[in-house]
Amino acid sequence: MSRELTGTPEFLDADARLTSEALEREERQLRDTWKYARGFFGWCAETDHKRIGRRFLVTAFVWFAMAGVLAAMMRIQLSRPENTFLGPDLYNQIFTTHGTAMMFLFAVPVWLALGIYMVPLQVGARTMCFPRLLAYGYWMFLFGGIFLFLNFFLNTGPDVGWFSYPPLAGPEYGIGKRPDVWAQLITFSEVSSLVVATCIFCTVLKLRTPGMSLNRIPLFVWSMVVVSAMILFAMPAVMVSSTCLILDRLVSTHFFNAAEGGDPILWQHLFWFFGHPEVYIIFLPALGAISEIISTFTGRPVVGYVAMILSLIATAFIGFGVWVHHMFATGLPQLGQSFFTAASIMIVVPTSVQIFNWIATVWSARRLQLTSPMLYALSFFFIFIIGGLTGVMLAAVPLDRQVHDTFFVVAHFHYVLIGGSIFPLLGTVTFWFPKLTGRMMDERLGKLAFWILFVGFNVTFFPMHLLGLAGMPRRVYTYPASMGWGDMNLLASIGAGIMALSLLIYLVNVVVSLRSGALAGDNPWGVATLDGATASPPPPYNFLPQPTVGSREPLWHTDIAAPAVVGLAPDKREVLVTHVLDAEPDHRYEMPGPSIWPLVTALSTTLMFVWSIFSPWGAVWGSIPIAVALIFWFWPTRGKSPERLAADAAAGQLTPREMVS
Amino acid sequence: MKSTAALDVSGLPEFGFGHRSLLWWGTICLMAIEGTAFALTIVEYMYLKGRVPHWPPGFAAPRLLWGTTNLIIILASTLPNQLAKNAAERFDVRGVRIWMVVCMVFALAFNVVRAFEFTGLNVWWDSNAYGSVVWFLLGMHTVHVMTDFADSLVLTVLFFTGPIDEHRFVDISENAMYWYFVVLAWIPIYAVIYLAPRVF
Repeated sequence: MSRELTGTPEFLDADARLTSEALEREERQLRDTWKYARGFFGWCAETDHKRIGRRFLVTAFVWFAMAGVLAAMMRIQLSRPENTFLGPDLYNQIFTTHGTAMMFLFAVPVWLALGIYMVPLQVGARTMCFPRLLAYGYWMFLFGGIFLFLNFFLNTGPDVGWFSYPPLAGPEYGIGKRPDVWAQLITFSEVSSLVVATCIFCTVLKLRTPGMSLNRIPLFVWSMVVVSAMILFAMPAVMVSSTCLILDRLVSTHFFNAAEGGDPILWQHLFWFFGHPEVYIIFLPALGAISEIISTFTGRPVVGYVAMILSLIATAFIGFGVWVHHMFATGLPQLGQSFFTAASIMIVVPTSVQIFNWIATVWSARRLQLTSPMLYALSFFFIFIIGGLTGVMLAAVPLDRQVHDTFFVVAHFHYVLIGGSIFPLLGTVTFWFPKLTGRMMDERLGKLAFWILFVGFNVTFFPMHLLGLAGMPRRVYTYPASMGWGDMNLLASIGAGIMALSLLIYLVNVVVSLRSGALAGDNPWGVATLDGATASPPPPYNFLPQPTVGSREPLWHTDIAAPAVVGLAPDKREVLVTHVLDAEPDHRYEMPGPSIWPLVTALSTTLMFVWSIFSPWGAVWGSIPIAVALIFWFWPTRGKSPERLAADAAAGQLTPREMVS
Repeated sequence: MKSTAALDVSGLPEFGFGHRSLLWWGTICLMAIEGTAFALTIVEYMYLKGRVPHWPPGFAAPRLLWGTTNLIIILASTLPNQLAKNAAERFDVRGVRIWMVVCMVFALAFNVVRAFEFTGLNVWWDSNAYGSVVWFLLGMHTVHVMTDFADSLVLTVLFFTGPIDEHRFVDISENAMYWYFVVLAWIPIYAVIYLAPRVF
């Protein structure tokens, strides 16, 4: 490693000393200052990133389980021809709710949840940027999920597919409130994702501990930054389109009404301008986590750090230029189709760079450990590459036309999403379980669950490629026996049962390990990143003392001088804000503590969202309680009278201006 | 007694203006989100325009008077906006009070004229897709002007009632930056709503 990456910048030339006595004193104060709020009220007012991250994670897995049960019901229905287990209407609601919940309530939020928990720890920060906003993001996520499933149980679950195409979803065909439920769930989840993305983005840019320059940020953190930026630019597309859809349905606008100059294809453009980046939003955090896992269990840094980051960023950029490959069947001009074919195939380049770097890392491992997180990471190669190859096939227009809307597509995106995101996710949860809970998950049960899942997954989804090539369309609730699709479907359904079994074993492992898993200690896997430098689970203030870093793998290069941070006020929730590029110390900043107002604001936002499904006036009158709640949220509780402050300013008692601007 | 090397940060200030502050970065994220939403709505407008032979289809172009009046008002509002920002950055409570009140007068005037703008669009949102997208574009910008008016008002009141400390000066400064975004967004939106039907 070159000198500049391990050297200690000038501002870290510390001359102060930290004695063990001072440390003990500070610990007592910090414990009191940062303590978690107690009781039910305290639970509602919590703003700690670890508590919220954990809640986020558990909530996302609850929606995962419910959407998984819906998947199992579909597999039961399709297991034999002309089955009558589910009727067509319920089947429509089930596949739509399954897809919507998996995408918007699980795949994106679950990685954000891990980001909320781990990013501040990996960058050595006391807490997350905008903790109250983060709490608001969680509540919106929770209420959105409740809203969707409540409607599903009331027989008003959305039923026109997770991408809700008009005119089927428009006022003419989408009767009742079902498409509105879908559109408003999108609003909930986009508000939540945007808020969390902002928190993560600002945390990484401004709260990194001194010494962690841009070229020393852990790869998982890099992936979360890239994903946050993608969310900021992708989510507005679905925000605009779902709002237009609601307006078409509620106040008779004509955005998607071809009879009045609108165009249903416009919906597809806007939706997929969001929808394709969404795939990478789900998948990039998994890449970051895989890098952490592979680096840890090979005992060496991932090969090509800079190439890895540039690949993440390149994928993010190209991801915004490929949306039309979802629309090849709409009859767009051929030149446009060719362009988007080329762009889609180009994604292969940065993805391959990463895969080859990982292979090189494993190849040159110092000590290869095949733990269960590592198995999940390695299985990614196998499954994701199959999904990637069918993706390259689908990027070709003639083949896409042939298998559009068939089970081939279903097989493709489950290989990409489950292989690219869920396998790494289960591995990552195993990997970080000790940090979250203080206990290890059982390795034997873990490996058992992994292998059963690996087999079950392939048995479920591989036959779907063949079913698609044999012409079976997706989203049909049944099929006649004469089509000859029965055997493959039965096989896929058996596979689904095997998957369910393995997830059950995983769950049992979690529950048992929570009670009686081996105690983990600070750094059970020997990670290189700062999360290993604090207790498991970490204290409310994360670190004592706050570490600085002198290299990219601070816990592996303990010989490099990295002084501890002192001088943050222990009687306030004070954090150290640093400069964006080199993480040079800039100023101290007091973070707000627990507050009930994010919850109140989220409740009033929910009222407004639900009301505006039924009447446009809901958006008008419903915004008043939100405004009131926000004013209470922001109104300061401490400070001086303006006259007093003006007098202090005149007397020159405020912070000197040159220090702050 | 053991001791380790330490980096003492107790001498650093407790806040910073501009890109040094957390709030600045949060505001940048918000501007990225809202800016993308505006841009995509303009794309929507252009997309729908490309589908018909005549634009605007079946209706007269919006009246120039109110939209142009608002363009002048909002451009003029950048002056008190900058003066409020400057006052905040030199910890001048009196200056902040004066210029924030002037800003509020401008924002209020803008919102009143905005109501007339809607009446001068010469089309309803449910007339056809052109009407829908014009109302949507103008409506989105109006939501921004109204919410910014509301939150600036809260800050202004705070500077008369207290309690305030040095951090509130940063709030005024970032609030002024966000107003610049609202102003800058209005220029292309004005051009799309009022000039595009005349130029093309």
